[in-house]
Amino acid sequence: MLRSLVALHCRIGQTVLSHQRHNVQQHQNLIHHLQNARCYGMASSERRKFYEDVSISQSEGGMFEINLDRRKLKTPGGKLFTVPNEALAIAVATEWDAQKDTLKFYTMHLSTLCNTALDNPTQRNKEQMIEAALKYLETDTICYRVEEPPALVELQNNEWNPVMEWIEKRYNVVIGSSSNIMGPEIPEETKDTFRQHLNSYNFWALTGLEYVITQLKSVILSFGMIDRYLTVEQAVLLSRLEEEYQIKYWGNVEWAHDYDMFELRARTAAGALFVQLASESSTVKRKILQD
Amino acid sequence: MASLNSPLRVCRSILRELRALKGPEYKQTMAYNYVLEQFRKNQVTGERYCRAQQEALHSSLTYLCLLSSTRQHMALHNLYHAKGEISAEDAAGLVGLRLPTQPGGKGWEK
Repeated sequence: MLRSLVALHCRIGQTVLSHQRHNVQQHQNLIHHLQNARCYGMASSERRKFYEDVSISQSEGGMFEINLDRRKLKTPGGKLFTVPNEALAIAVATEWDAQKDTLKFYTMHLSTLCNTALDNPTQRNKEQMIEAALKYLETDTICYRVEEPPALVELQNNEWNPVMEWIEKRYNVVIGSSSNIMGPEIPEETKDTFRQHLNSYNFWALTGLEYVITQLKSVILSFGMIDRYLTVEQAVLLSRLEEEYQIKYWGNVEWAHDYDMFELRARTAAGALFVQLASESSTVKRKILQD
Repeated sequence: MASLNSPLRVCRSILRELRALKGPEYKQTMAYNYVLEQFRKNQVTGERYCRAQQEALHSSLTYLCLLSSTRQHMALHNLYHAKGEISAEDAAGLVGLRLPTQPGGKGWEK
């Protein structure tokens, strides 16, 4: 009887095993289907690298596309991934090329920005984005000063005042700084000037600019960086001025402070590059040498 | 990388980053060729203060910052935040303890 029980056990085990194998096969089919659909709104953060080569190609209309191993890259919304100029396409292709084994989407900042600009998932138009960007002016980092400790007050005056003077001179506006909780009173002409200036950027550049403003929490620093008055490292340092002061006083924690700083630098650099590439146009004029 | 004032230093640093990304065959990538081409194009200028040159230098500094900070961010992430779930043995080893062993097997096994 024991032998028949063992035989029954074996047979049941085999059917269970084959059923599991069938499930595994279905699972693999599902993964394959997902990779083909490339809808990475599924937010499973471990996707294997499914391509070997990354190349770019130019389509009619002058737009550039990215090819992963013969297949064209698409945005999460399903649209074809097109960029207006070659430099941005090469930078995005480098990002995709830099992935090893698994795709880490949180490192591909330029691709994320392009996807946002192409899909426009929140369905905003230019005016809404300009209003959202100008809202940050009322609570701008540079405008908020502390009153004590005196070393920090002095640091803020030394570092932030030149930027404030620069932007007031460059745009011919008046922005004050204040140390109370309500913040400075921004006059309406200032906002109009900025609104006019922001209107001159195209939609892609505006997407990038709003991203940078959200990261740095400051309109003034973003303008300073886009207008090439500050470098990315300087802008990030000025944005984190109080944190840097505290780090100097209390010490640096590598897995928090450095981690945040590098992430902020990466995102800000990506946003700045995106804005600059999206609003540039280059022409080559050759000077003919006259003999 | 004390002071990246000259375009030569920026160019070298960008190429070093690209090499760190790809490996030995970084010279065939599009980014390598594009970067070198851009640096060569902006080298010769007839004016003393060429605005396009300064703008290109700023853009190259921005790209260098992007590459190096993503690399360092990834390194810190892998160092501190990437372990995930550790097994019970490793968790005990964090404080210097070991898991108990029972040579005859636990009572309900076997």
